[in-house]
Amino acid sequence: MDMTFLLQLLINGLVVGSIYSLVATGFVIIYKATSALNLAQGEFLMVGAYICLNLLTKHNVPFFQSFLITLVFSALLGLLIERTILRPLIGSHLISVIMVTLGLGSILKALLQMAYGTSTIPFPEVFPSTPVRIGPIPVSQGYLYALVCVSILVTLLTLFFKYAKAGVAMRATASNQQVALSMGISVKKMFALAWSISAVVSAVGGILLGTIRGGVDMSLAFMGLKVLPVVILGGLDSILGAIVGGVIIGILENLSGGYLDPLVNGGIKEVAPYIALILILMFKPYGLFGKRKIERV
Amino acid sequence: MQCGDFNTSYAADMTIFDTRSTRILVFLFVCLLFSVPFYSTSYLLDVGNRIGIAIIGAIGLNILTGFTGLISLGNAAFMAIGAFSAGYLGIRFGLPFYLCIPLAGMVTAIMGMVVGIPSLRIKGLYLAMATLAAHFIVEFLIIKWESVTGGVAGLTMPTPTMGTIALDNDRKIFYLIYIVVVAAVLFGRNLFRTKPGKAFIAIRDQAISAEVMGVNLLKYKLMSFGISSYFVGTAGALMAYQAKIISPETFPITVAIDQLGMIIIGGMGSILGSIFGAVFITLLPELLRLVTTAMSASYPQLVTVFSSLKELVFGVLVIVFLIFEPSGMAARWHSIKNYWKLYPFSH
Repeated sequence: MDMTFLLQLLINGLVVGSIYSLVATGFVIIYKATSALNLAQGEFLMVGAYICLNLLTKHNVPFFQSFLITLVFSALLGLLIERTILRPLIGSHLISVIMVTLGLGSILKALLQMAYGTSTIPFPEVFPSTPVRIGPIPVSQGYLYALVCVSILVTLLTLFFKYAKAGVAMRATASNQQVALSMGISVKKMFALAWSISAVVSAVGGILLGTIRGGVDMSLAFMGLKVLPVVILGGLDSILGAIVGGVIIGILENLSGGYLDPLVNGGIKEVAPYIALILILMFKPYGLFGKRKIERV
Repeated sequence: MQCGDFNTSYAADMTIFDTRSTRILVFLFVCLLFSVPFYSTSYLLDVGNRIGIAIIGAIGLNILTGFTGLISLGNAAFMAIGAFSAGYLGIRFGLPFYLCIPLAGMVTAIMGMVVGIPSLRIKGLYLAMATLAAHFIVEFLIIKWESVTGGVAGLTMPTPTMGTIALDNDRKIFYLIYIVVVAAVLFGRNLFRTKPGKAFIAIRDQAISAEVMGVNLLKYKLMSFGISSYFVGTAGALMAYQAKIISPETFPITVAIDQLGMIIIGGMGSILGSIFGAVFITLLPELLRLVTTAMSASYPQLVTVFSSLKELVFGVLVIVFLIFEPSGMAARWHSIKNYWKLYPFSH
């Protein structure tokens, strides 16, 4: 095995991993603020990708504008979902919240299937296709743009949670709802905000994945399940953990795909993150950066 | 007609079918059920068989999730383990089906307990994630372990035979499945009159108090995983005999989600609810198919979106039930029954 191959795998892993980070951040935001496990994250991602694709190809809107319209749409979708579906379930049993997101996922997926069919739709080329050479390795420009885009978004989110009033209020809600309420923070608004931010970052992830893969189809939904190993590795309630975890899982996936797949005729790439999930749960269940508050009963 | 409870012993209080009329009605219902194959078409029998298998699986899941409070998204994988163990035992060792099915259940129960071990360390949503991961790992192993599972191509099941009787059509399989269903329902109902069953409920309601009361959490959580997986594995084995060909694609993650939907819609923590949910969710696509074919003359595009339509309706139903009737159809059934029991004088 030569170095170029390894580096190529590392770069692929880094780029895919950064998108995992983004989607996982959306997941963690919802979990932190509302303690709901959103298993429809992958469908959020798909909605973003399909809406943007639709604007680009059917309505010939330039990429930047369609990107922004998609984000606005996703934000509204997040608000709508929180208001109609999640709010009545505040305080109900965990299984209800898990199941409601699974139901939501199947609704979103079904609607997309009805509108766009199940076959892969090619994504128009947004970024120039000539690869850039970094040292000896050719890297496609789409990858670089994706990486830049993710970094900007993650920085913005970090700044938002650190300095913006709403961001601080959200953190307060996450740490203690009762106290947050007594400080005059509207917990309901924070829940709505969490869902809408999460929908927006997932949509960005979806669009980036669409441009990188060159097409969108129903398999994008599985990306939503890939965030589970990521958030478990990083710690369920840590945004930093989601970012680091995403990159690690992306790299792990690509390395195992590159080195182990030839040995067993493929398939390792897809299960490696889940094997990692089980191992992490066994040995470090609170993840790298999560709060150690798992009850051992 | 019963308008109140007057029991003079604990045994009378614990009885499953409390009045003579209930007992007669249940007996008549079972007789009716077993006479179904004489007059139904093979399509209806096929649907009926799938309902039976779904009932067994849903009872299994309900024991774990509804009664013990441990969330499992790995049910499709457990069904697959049951199906492929039955297939392997039947093909490789030529065992008859009446040994294969219980043995497949045992294998699944052991696997279930292995997956259940982390449930002692982790709970709630972590367990949901661990079982989901287990699903993908099992799926991968089934595809790769070709010498046992036949890989992607899967296995073709031998015809189940007992002596000279070959269960070679849906009608005969129907009896096999429904005998198991009746046994499963009775076992399920009785389980929660026994010590382990009550321990499960105690763990669900408040694990720490249960431990203080002397419930051994390790033992009973593993037992719950074992019993639940035994049911699910049996359902998988029956499915193998019913479908005749099994492959890894027979058990996608959506099977597990459907089963969770069954117990949500039917009623968590209720054996009757598992039955309602299984019947309802299995009939749902068939009903939708009827409607879409009927309307296909005027809306031809409906047929092409059929599978999405099924998912859409499933999702909507799950959400509607969770919001408006979280205790499921079983609770609705009880309230309707109670209303009519005292009919003009209910208060």
